[in-house]
Amino acid sequence: MSTEKSGPTGKSAWRKAYEWHEARLPIVSWLDHSLGTKYPVPRNLNYWWNFGSLAMFMLAVMIFTGIFLAMNYTPHVSLAFDSVEHIMRDVNYGWLIRYMHANGASFFFIVVYIHILRGMYYGSYKSPREVLWWIGILIYLAMMATAFLGYVLPWGQMSFWGATVITNFFSAIPGIGQSIVTLLWGGFSVDNPTLNRFFSLHYLLPFVIVGLIFLHIWALHVPGANNPLGIDAAPADKIPFFPYYVMKDVFGLGVFVVIYFIAVFWFPNALGEPDNYIKANPLQTPEHIVPEWYYLPFYAILRSIPNKLLGVILMFGSILILFALPWLDTSRVRSGNFRPVFRIFFVTWIIDVLILGWVGSQPPEGIIPTIGLIGTIWYFIHFAVILPVVGWLETPKPLPASISQPVLQAAE
Amino acid sequence: MANTAHAHAADAADETRRDFLLHTTAAMGVVGAGMMVWPLISSMNPAADTLALSSIELSLAGIAEGQRIKALWRGKPVFVSHRTAQEIDEARKVNVAELRDPQTDQVRAKKPEFLIVVGVCTHFGCVPQGTASTEVRGEFGGWFCPCHGSVYDTSGRIRRGPAPLNLEVPAHTYINDTTVRIG
Amino acid sequence: MKKYLLAAAAVVALAIPSVLPTSLRAAEHVELPKENWSFNGVLGGFDRAQLQRGFQVYKDVCAACHSLNYVSFRNFEALGYSEEQVKSLAAQYEVEDGPDDSGDMFKRKAKPSDHIPKPFANESMARLANGGALPPDLSLITKARVGGPDYIYNLLLGYEEPPAGFVMNPGSSYDKYFPGNQIAMAKQISDGLVTYADGSPNDAAHIAKDVTAFLHWAAEPKLEARHSTGLRVTLYALIFAVLAYLTKRRIWKNIPH
Repeated sequence: MSTEKSGPTGKSAWRKAYEWHEARLPIVSWLDHSLGTKYPVPRNLNYWWNFGSLAMFMLAVMIFTGIFLAMNYTPHVSLAFDSVEHIMRDVNYGWLIRYMHANGASFFFIVVYIHILRGMYYGSYKSPREVLWWIGILIYLAMMATAFLGYVLPWGQMSFWGATVITNFFSAIPGIGQSIVTLLWGGFSVDNPTLNRFFSLHYLLPFVIVGLIFLHIWALHVPGANNPLGIDAAPADKIPFFPYYVMKDVFGLGVFVVIYFIAVFWFPNALGEPDNYIKANPLQTPEHIVPEWYYLPFYAILRSIPNKLLGVILMFGSILILFALPWLDTSRVRSGNFRPVFRIFFVTWIIDVLILGWVGSQPPEGIIPTIGLIGTIWYFIHFAVILPVVGWLETPKPLPASISQPVLQAAE
Repeated sequence: MANTAHAHAADAADETRRDFLLHTTAAMGVVGAGMMVWPLISSMNPAADTLALSSIELSLAGIAEGQRIKALWRGKPVFVSHRTAQEIDEARKVNVAELRDPQTDQVRAKKPEFLIVVGVCTHFGCVPQGTASTEVRGEFGGWFCPCHGSVYDTSGRIRRGPAPLNLEVPAHTYINDTTVRIG
Repeated sequence: MKKYLLAAAAVVALAIPSVLPTSLRAAEHVELPKENWSFNGVLGGFDRAQLQRGFQVYKDVCAACHSLNYVSFRNFEALGYSEEQVKSLAAQYEVEDGPDDSGDMFKRKAKPSDHIPKPFANESMARLANGGALPPDLSLITKARVGGPDYIYNLLLGYEEPPAGFVMNPGSSYDKYFPGNQIAMAKQISDGLVTYADGSPNDAAHIAKDVTAFLHWAAEPKLEARHSTGLRVTLYALIFAVLAYLTKRRIWKNIPH
């Protein structure tokens, strides 16, 4: 670990200018402590730890492409669809910016899902990182809201009907539900006032996410990063974030960007719905309305419950239950590597979520709702029953005394 | 001892290779980021449909002698002045060498009886008055900018006030005697 | 080794969602034969002569009922026409302009900057002329239907006699690729429907293929730029990733991990 001061060394004019400025605004040393040479990180992080920085990259891509899209987009029901086509056809590189933004949403979610699953497997939510985990859930919720609002903006058929269905979730609230929905719409149906406010909020929320990410990173720096072994890292087992993890993240970014570009340039509509290339028509609902893939498991939970209010409660509950995860998981061992029984249930739970996702994409006919119901029940049993019980009954494998112990053993 | 020296040489070679790699990667990263920014900046330039509207055709048949009209071209007003013999004469007898932005009237008006200029003051972009006969035309009988008092003559040249240049003559061609294409 | 496996798993995890929804959606419909389009593939592009033929089919056949709202005459330069040809093409159409000085709307010859005029002034007129059905705008049709160009092509050729016992609504035709099989558009494409100036084959299959290619150009006019830019950008990123890997390995050389 470097013990030098931040900034230029020696007694050069640079050093003097640096010290003058740092005495007034210590931003360089702050950055150096946040993501530079003064931020010690366990040296054994694997590539699953790359997805945090990838998520930050995707947020930057979304904000930058979004700002330039907004320069050519018109949030009016009679012009929104046309202005998107104007971007695609007439604006210089408009097609590229829009496809990067539209596919960027999907890739942002892919990255964040992997980031979340990494945290769940390695027990990164456990003490002392509960608040870090909570802020992460808030970021995820804000992302879901932003993505939904953004999907409405092109004003295609899926935009319109997605907006109608999702805002109607609130009509399940007894008594005041319909009034809330009217308030959200600014009218008696999804219409121009809805589109206008959705555009405004879609532009606002990403900056809320930026703020939450600051808190997320702050909360990360208090205990420091978890690691694949899940044990507390001794100072000797830490290396500076710069250059080691910066370079590792840059490499990960290079690989990720190749995959992202392949989607943007060759399969730009593979994750979209053809119906959204039809202008919104309030008189005609598309035959199969499906949300974007990243909502599918939750959509399946909603549809599996035959009761409207209960369905909405369980759908939101399936995410909100994550707030309690640090206490539902009663095991004191963090990393799944040392928890043979937990591993089995963890994989089972991922399969359950994938099945729910598939159920959400299918028309609710025949056996589909039954599968959805079983999947929903299992989802909640996993959190409410299996995790606490496994934590009590499971005998974890012996933990290494330090991070260097298994590394050095492997080296021998 | 020899061993250590050897190791040092290897380390130094290693160091060079590391620097080379590091610099190449960093350069590619910076250039790559620049290439990502370019489409964003470029998207702010006029779009293809805007460019397609960049020329208009205008009929001059309805403009009486002494009358001036305004037309919209690229979102800006264009002044078309059907000049009287007196106005032409005033514009042509000026000593060009004394002008702030020396230009002969012959260069500015392809047909002496029609002057076509962009109606945007070269000072800070206001629209000068003087097109409608009821408006102030300034002491040179051309146009007068109400924002900061620039005065233009019957050839649209700057004669007094803060504007640095004459009113711009847009590229235009006469398709026939009564039709002109601007842009 | 383990971390390479992890990396490979990450790649697969990233790839799954891009494959999954498409295959799920495809299952809902009749199996579509896949056509060999010039615009498929890493550097696939448009065949200019085919686009011109397809435009001829659109102009002579489809345009009677279907609009092409997002296409302007100036866009046809991308089909290989010169600026002059585009101008004279536009001049064959009339568009409404105005108001003039007396406050009246008037008709004038179209300019390259104009959009292609619609066959019907509004939806009601379109429905009235088509037995209640609304002919959809075609400018995005290949992107707005599951199956894309393959679907449009096969739909155009998929007309056949309804199976015995299939009850047809009056005014409908049976098409084996149309969802529900009853389509309001009568069969349009037949052998020799149009004659091409370049003497290309004009049997039904070729005509359908030409017009579908044209419609795909109309829906995705920047496809060629997308493919060529994509190849350059992706190769650059690939080289960058390799260099970044080598640099990372150098930097980490002395760290046991």
